[in-house]
Amino acid sequence: MDLFEYQAKDLFAAHGVPVTAGDVATTADQAREIAERIGGRVVVKAQVKTGGRGKAGGVKLADDADDAATKADAILGMDIKGHTVHRVLITEASDIAEEYYFSFLLDRSNRTFLAMASREGGMEIEQIAVEKPEALAKIPIDAIVGVDRAKAHEIAVTAGYPAEVLDQAADVIMSLWDVFVGEDATLVEVNPLVKTPDGKVIALDGKVTLDDNAGFRHPDHEALADKAASDPLEAKAKAAGLNYVKLDGEVGIIGNGAGLVMSTLDVVAYAGESVGGVRPANFLDIGGGASADVMAAGLGVILSDPSVRSVFVNVFGGITACDAVANGIVAAFGKLNESGEQVNVPLVVRLDGNRAAEGREILANAGLSGVEQNDTMDGAAQRAAELAGR
Amino acid sequence: MAIFLDRNSRVIVQGITGSEGSKHTRRMLAAGTNIVGGTNPRKAGTNVEFDGTSLPVFGTISDAMAETGANAVVAFVPPAGAKAGMIEAVDSGIELAVIITEGIPVHDSTAAWAYNVSRGNKTRIVGPNCPGIASPGQSNAGIIPADITKPGRIGLVSKSGTLTYQMMFELRDIGFSTCVGIGGDPVVGTTHIDCLRAFQDDPDTDAIVMIGEIGGDAEERAAAFIEANVTKPVVGYVAGFTAPEGKTMGHAGAIVSGSSGTAQAKKEALEKVGVQVGKTPSETARLMRELMRSL
Repeated sequence: MDLFEYQAKDLFAAHGVPVTAGDVATTADQAREIAERIGGRVVVKAQVKTGGRGKAGGVKLADDADDAATKADAILGMDIKGHTVHRVLITEASDIAEEYYFSFLLDRSNRTFLAMASREGGMEIEQIAVEKPEALAKIPIDAIVGVDRAKAHEIAVTAGYPAEVLDQAADVIMSLWDVFVGEDATLVEVNPLVKTPDGKVIALDGKVTLDDNAGFRHPDHEALADKAASDPLEAKAKAAGLNYVKLDGEVGIIGNGAGLVMSTLDVVAYAGESVGGVRPANFLDIGGGASADVMAAGLGVILSDPSVRSVFVNVFGGITACDAVANGIVAAFGKLNESGEQVNVPLVVRLDGNRAAEGREILANAGLSGVEQNDTMDGAAQRAAELAGR
Repeated sequence: MAIFLDRNSRVIVQGITGSEGSKHTRRMLAAGTNIVGGTNPRKAGTNVEFDGTSLPVFGTISDAMAETGANAVVAFVPPAGAKAGMIEAVDSGIELAVIITEGIPVHDSTAAWAYNVSRGNKTRIVGPNCPGIASPGQSNAGIIPADITKPGRIGLVSKSGTLTYQMMFELRDIGFSTCVGIGGDPVVGTTHIDCLRAFQDDPDTDAIVMIGEIGGDAEERAAAFIEANVTKPVVGYVAGFTAPEGKTMGHAGAIVSGSSGTAQAKKEALEKVGVQVGKTPSETARLMRELMRSL
């Protein structure tokens, strides 16, 4: 889960990372109140989970509270790279003497954690990496040892931070490590980390990605989810405990296993090329069980997607037996009919693997209207695409 | 022969008394796996019955090894206890630890991996978030269905469970030496490269199917390894061409971040080193079938 800047800074503050005073507003009036409370010049910053806010006009300096309200009004509702601005952060304006870059992240390739730090801050890290790779220090962190004062100091020195800020930077780095480990983050980034003219080191921006798998030990993280921004179908699926991602196509997809479902999306997209560019409408992994309840919930979500014109159910029976899946589909139709939901688009079902013959027979005998079977994944994808392309 | 797991493997099950642990112990026994016991600290000293087979329960992996000569452990431990379970496996010095558990925090798996490295990397950790290893006709450690394929001379390494099963099934008439599901988490103990190296050295493997998916750069690194070290033919498949940027597709590790980790880049890296990459799983199976025919 990616956090907004204001959420990241809240976590920073909770772990002792110095940040500027500020609060988040959803209206111009709130922005005015917050600016009055802070006093003096403030910065109004669009809260969107994408880079390049400044260039897009989403970050403005305001002279006083009225100006903050005016700037907030202009920024709220803006579209920045497809993200609508619903919130602005009103924060104390600070003078900047120097800008640096700092992050902790998971280094998948080396199966360890990495500190990345540079004396060059403010620009996008991808740009630093390309234009001045020598200015970007990468220091592996031993996941068992972690970051103590000596390591934090070593990182600050390797980054080339100036001598007069080394001690402060080491403090900040230790606190950021505390955020990284304490919150189960996979990314903690500060860009820029600044030195003010009076020599203070402050995190002026913040980006944090939290590990969804660690939610069980961070019950407070659930409140950080941006429920309003999530797609309504994704929200519905999540409430039903389904692993669902909304996509922009017309063929609804249900399958078992993450890899097989990803593969199904690809095969449908290839098939769709020959029928006017039909694409998959979603990712939905119903996992191993494929019970009637899960199948009914999955079908329910997919059928409530108005762009869906056909559905492809692609199941490979490994441990799961295909006859159980077929019974699940039949029962799901029953459940949907009972609840008044119409299965009003054609379904193509491919069952293969464990007890496939029995499963196919159950479906054939059930005579569900609009359901047809195809023995191969490629053939079924082609048929589902054709049905959606009409 | 086979890689990592064969008929001589003596397997114990961590969490043998839990619902997943006992369900899959029964299946592994039916597949012919030589299961010699299990662990559960609260039930040490008891026995569990599986369709006529009575298995002893030990408090720790070390105890089980001392009593039974076990050299492999399959872990069915809930996410919160998985890190401790992996560290216990490393401390015991057991040769192979297969971690089935899905949903382990990546800080835990990274710490467990670092611990294994700090202890000399003596335990081969497979997973987490994986279906395990099957050497058909010899042994089955994990949740891979045993009866959908037969013994043969293809080696398979995959991030995905169901795509592994699909491939095993499509090529069931040719058969496999060993199938390794390495798992879909961002940090796993055994990589494509580890398996490619082992298959290259395995006299009973003639050709290799490698299945990848979006996220990270494991496939790109595997391609570089193949170019330098693998003389046996490799056929590849990559899932996730249609995955949008920034969305996790089921597996915790299956995410395209910015422009990195795309299926297209992985496919190109593999093709550049002469690996034939199928457009669909069925086409991949067909490529392997033709290849085996020509050997």
